[in-house]
Amino acid sequence: MENLALGTIAAPLGSAILILIVTKWWKRFADIWATVVGGFTLVASILLIGSEPIVYRMGGWAPPWGICLVLDPLSELMLLVINLLGFFVTVYSLSYMEWYTNKPKFFALFLLMMAGMNGVVLTGDMFNLFVFLEIASLASYGLVGFGVEAEELEASFKYLILGSIASTLILFGVAIIYSVTGSVNMADISVFLKGTGNNAAVLFAAVLFLAGFATKAALVPFHAWLPDAHPSAPAPVSAMLSGVLVKALGVYAMARVFYNVIPVDPIFLKVIMVLGVISMLVGGLLAIGQWDIKRMLAYSTISQIGYIFLGLSLGTALGLVGAIFHLLNHSTYKGLLFLCSGSIEKATGSRDMREFGGLSKRMPVTSIATSIGALSISGIPPFAGFWSKLIIIIACFRAGEIVPGIIAVGVAFITISYYVKLQKYTLFGKLPDKLAKVKESPFAMSSAMIILAVLCLALGLGYPLLNSSILSPAANSLLDTTGWGYITNVLGF
Amino acid sequence: MEGMTKIVKTVARLVIGFILLYGASIVIYGHITPGGGFAGGVFISIAYVLIMLAFSKKVAMRKLSNFAASLSDNLGAFSFFIIGLLGSIFSGYFLYNFINHGTPFRLVSAGTIPLSNIAIGVKVGASLYAILVALSIYGRVLTEKEEE
Repeated sequence: MENLALGTIAAPLGSAILILIVTKWWKRFADIWATVVGGFTLVASILLIGSEPIVYRMGGWAPPWGICLVLDPLSELMLLVINLLGFFVTVYSLSYMEWYTNKPKFFALFLLMMAGMNGVVLTGDMFNLFVFLEIASLASYGLVGFGVEAEELEASFKYLILGSIASTLILFGVAIIYSVTGSVNMADISVFLKGTGNNAAVLFAAVLFLAGFATKAALVPFHAWLPDAHPSAPAPVSAMLSGVLVKALGVYAMARVFYNVIPVDPIFLKVIMVLGVISMLVGGLLAIGQWDIKRMLAYSTISQIGYIFLGLSLGTALGLVGAIFHLLNHSTYKGLLFLCSGSIEKATGSRDMREFGGLSKRMPVTSIATSIGALSISGIPPFAGFWSKLIIIIACFRAGEIVPGIIAVGVAFITISYYVKLQKYTLFGKLPDKLAKVKESPFAMSSAMIILAVLCLALGLGYPLLNSSILSPAANSLLDTTGWGYITNVLGF
Repeated sequence: MEGMTKIVKTVARLVIGFILLYGASIVIYGHITPGGGFAGGVFISIAYVLIMLAFSKKVAMRKLSNFAASLSDNLGAFSFFIIGLLGSIFSGYFLYNFINHGTPFRLVSAGTIPLSNIAIGVKVGASLYAILVALSIYGRVLTEKEEE
């Protein structure tokens, strides 16, 4: 099991380099090997679910002296989220990336990003978290600008600047925490801070973490990079960025730091709640006015990330279960919707919804998948999105947070409105003459979309099973009433 | 005549060997003296950059082509990864120092650390050179107004 956990980082990391070497002579190797590695990491992350907490000592050095990888239920869930979408996006890319000139480099960067994200969710070391976060971020900057057109390069540059500022803030935070506690091991820091409490320096570091991770998660007002970066990237990359990158680098890292490393402070939870509510509302309202299909999905991501943070900020078991379930659901349906938008863009050559209409007649698979994704994210029962939003809203009311709860209900209606708009202008109505000859996507792309669409329904229907096997253990690993669960796992006392 | 003046070329011809040698020594002695793979790799790349500046890009590319730089870059990184993986295979821990550590402060000592330094030195040297080559390829696209 230990080696499987390591394999989820090592396999994509080594393969990224191997692909660059072998494809100098054999181009098809990238397709084959990326699919194999994607399959391996998916199987590994499924096998790791439900296993006992694992602490892997890098180089044989025991924590807190060496770097360690920690696999607890929350990491297991995040690994599943990342590698599930990662595999289907890889399959989709086999066909979609034929559109671009250099597929081997795409897969190398893609696998590097996967390794970085898997590293972020597994590491038990603050500085190592920063390193993996940078690996994933740097790969994503390259992937956003992969088309090397002016618009893509501009978006990539903007993302690079804002992402680097966020990384610098996080690094400053790590430096301050190290100067106060003398350690970069998360569990060790937690032990120290439990003894001394949060002094001014720790609070300042927490503010830096908040700003840094909020930028990575694209919470309003730190969201400026996302509406440019996500639409400009190739569709599979947009799916990964919106589906998992903002969650692994932003949501997960913030949850881990504020629940397991720095003792939970109600003020920070309140700040996260306010930011979450603003993101929900602003993202939703801005999405309504968009005509670029991918830009609408990008604003929708900001709105849905707001829901996740609202659930996290409640600090209750139900709120955390809702947030984590919404995180899992959002990765599947937003990944699916971005893949569908890629199919539509590839078939029609445009992203402007005003130029579409009646695509359901020519592209049935893409249309059904888009509809399922849209229904799920809009919160229509029995799709997965309904249950996670319901849990978050109930958790709000049970925690006595009436206003955020009411806003969450209101934003659910806003979400329905812009997804109805997306379906009306794209899938239904009259098919324009110039689109009379568009064709359905090839098998690799269609199959990835079909499976993700089925997952949107399956996750909703399978909630009771998911709750007992993954969601509740993951929430409990964050909401540890004694605060010693994580520490005991890592340091053994 | 491509490149810089004869004075620069003569001086460059004299010092390039020493720069390369110094870079290599920093990499190889990385485990017992200050420095290591990254610092030494930067020196190695600087030697090639000096060739590029003094003699022109064409000459530098003849000495170390784009393909060779890219391949060395990848092979350096992959070697480091393999050293880490071997640690995992032999002892169960990634990057475990599984080779006999020898006598401290001797050149042949410290197990896998000097090997890792060499891998990093090759990677950093080749990739920094490749980055500078890439930067020198791209130029600014003139607008229509500027062309006029």
